[in-house]
Amino acid sequence: MVKRSYWSLPYLIFMVVFVVLPLLLIVLYAFQDGSGHFTLSNITRFFTDSDSLSTFALSIEVAIENTLICILLGYPAAWILSNHKLNRSAVTVVLFIMPMWINALMRTLATAELFSMLGITLGKGTLLFGMVYDYLPFMIYPIYNTLMKMDNSYAEAAEDLGAAPWKVFWKVTVPLSFPGVMSGILMVFMPTVSTFAISEFLTNNKIKLFGTIIQENINSSMWNYGAALAFIMLIIIGITSMLGETKQSETEGGLI
Amino acid sequence: MTQDNIIDIQHLSKSFGGVKVLDDINFYVRQGEFVTLLGPSGCGKTTLLRQIAGFIAPDEGRILLEGKDISGIPPYKRPLNTVFQRYALFPHLDVFDNVAFGLKLQKVPRKEIEVRVTKMLKMVSMADYEDRSVDSLSGGQQQRVAIARALVNYPKVLLLDEPLAALDLKMRKDMQMELKEIHRKMGITFIYVTHDQEEALTLSDTIVVFNEGRIQQIGTPADIYNEPVNSFVADFIGESTILNGTMIRDRRVEFMGHEFDCVDEGFGENVPVDVVVRPEDVYIMNQLEGAQFSGVVKSCIFKGVHYEMFVETDNGFELMVQDYNAFEPGSTVGLLIRPGDIQVMRKERTCNTVEAVVEDGSHIKMLGCNWECEVPEGFTPGDEVLAEFDFEKVELLDNREDGKLGGEVHFLLYKGDHYHLTILTDDGDHLWVDTNDIWDKGDLVGIEIAPADIKLKRRNG
Repeated sequence: MVKRSYWSLPYLIFMVVFVVLPLLLIVLYAFQDGSGHFTLSNITRFFTDSDSLSTFALSIEVAIENTLICILLGYPAAWILSNHKLNRSAVTVVLFIMPMWINALMRTLATAELFSMLGITLGKGTLLFGMVYDYLPFMIYPIYNTLMKMDNSYAEAAEDLGAAPWKVFWKVTVPLSFPGVMSGILMVFMPTVSTFAISEFLTNNKIKLFGTIIQENINSSMWNYGAALAFIMLIIIGITSMLGETKQSETEGGLI
Repeated sequence: MTQDNIIDIQHLSKSFGGVKVLDDINFYVRQGEFVTLLGPSGCGKTTLLRQIAGFIAPDEGRILLEGKDISGIPPYKRPLNTVFQRYALFPHLDVFDNVAFGLKLQKVPRKEIEVRVTKMLKMVSMADYEDRSVDSLSGGQQQRVAIARALVNYPKVLLLDEPLAALDLKMRKDMQMELKEIHRKMGITFIYVTHDQEEALTLSDTIVVFNEGRIQQIGTPADIYNEPVNSFVADFIGESTILNGTMIRDRRVEFMGHEFDCVDEGFGENVPVDVVVRPEDVYIMNQLEGAQFSGVVKSCIFKGVHYEMFVETDNGFELMVQDYNAFEPGSTVGLLIRPGDIQVMRKERTCNTVEAVVEDGSHIKMLGCNWECEVPEGFTPGDEVLAEFDFEKVELLDNREDGKLGGEVHFLLYKGDHYHLTILTDDGDHLWVDTNDIWDKGDLVGIEIAPADIKLKRRNG
């Protein structure tokens, strides 16, 4: 009889080849110069190069803006979708989720086409529009999920204790849906930091994001510096998700 | 209506999807009273509580609080608070903030909030738990916090929706005592919903027994237990044997093939009645001397305090008896019931009566179908009549397709030597059936009635 733990072997091999090895390679390249000697210069280069730093700052700024807009648009949308009085059909929910089934690159290209047809100049506005358009479903869905699963008796208890409907919303519904919002933030913020396709197509590379310069460095064979930038981004993503995790474990997860 | 009625329910009705959940409910609650709404699940008691709280609007009727109609007022403006069945404590707030929730909304000064919350938590023995998260509490502790959260607002009436249903037996008993103590200390009116008759008897000043959306009986626990008004209440509250009987004359009743002295009067002579005998009221002895009738012990089970025995009486009726002494199965025993322990109830009906229309010389239409029957002289097609048929003349079939009519066994009552079933037909009509066959609640049955057993009668007016 084969031990059941052996069944995981194919997955282990997959993980090693496609996840662990590339990550190790990134770290390896990040701390090497062109001739293979250990160096910290790639990392110090990033922290001393004002161009890289400002690109990085801009990326974080855009990611924060995108996340905020997604919360502001996505929360009410999720709330309306989960409210049985306002939304009686499951079809509307699917309509909101459907964009997630189409390749993001295609949607971005189509958006770019749309802007050029309408004669709108590409810039930060179009960049944010494209990002919100791409990532909004990822914010709506986890929030919608937590709201749907929320026991109605909490709202009733609050109302019973004297809370008018809008107070019920602010004091009970919103705090209790926090896990969903956290999942939404993780699913929107992190991919936005590393995105490059949207800025390429929707600003014609006028605005460069952190993802863009990683891509440029790799494309122009600057493997070591590119790897260092990717390593820095990995650390940032790790920190964000860890912050999210601690919050999650306190209030029970709301991820899809 | 007098001034000390804090709640007055008048002609309240409610339907969900065409089904009447509450039907013309009338009762009042006095200031400071502990009233229990008791009934099996689905009887409408929770719907009524939620209407008082304001979560459901009544279709018809009014709810008065201190003489003022509150039917149109939203829950958050009603000076009432609810303890929910599954507590509904806010998981994002700690114990203190949960209890302080209502006071903060009322903008009570912070110092006062602290004093009141602390005092209330002390009253429910949760004083040391202020900073605990509610998820870390046991079911019983959560229930205490939920009670404190409701009571801290000094509501005019506290509504409790099966608050102890989720607790284990020991904890439930303890909490019952504590609730009664809290009620006594606070002097607040309690309206308590439960399906547990023992809990209702223990806690209440007044019990309102519900079944199928109607009030069956209102009374003190002793009234309800000792003098149930109908077979439903008798069967639902405590253990009992319900038997068919005949009131021979005042203070003389016949049942189980014997005549007994009783204390009931005013039924008339030779009137069919239901008789309730509580198992603890039957005297059982080894000798037949001094006994009113005899029987053979069929089974004997030890129940902790007493033994519970089923005795087959000399005329073939099964009677439940409780006694501190055990009597061997198979032994012949003498039995005696004292006049004061026999509860006689007027029968709600003695046969099925259904509205019908004459179709032709040998057919009528009733319960949504055509039935063959003997239509007497003098009835013409189109006549609106009443069709009557006896309980034991309704035949139940295993397959609902085999009957003229389909139905479901809705309620059953063992009457000593046969079962009395309430059948809910597919169209929602009720039929009552006496049978010796064993059916279970929820069984689907086919219904047949022989043409000769249907008797027609003119409708009055």
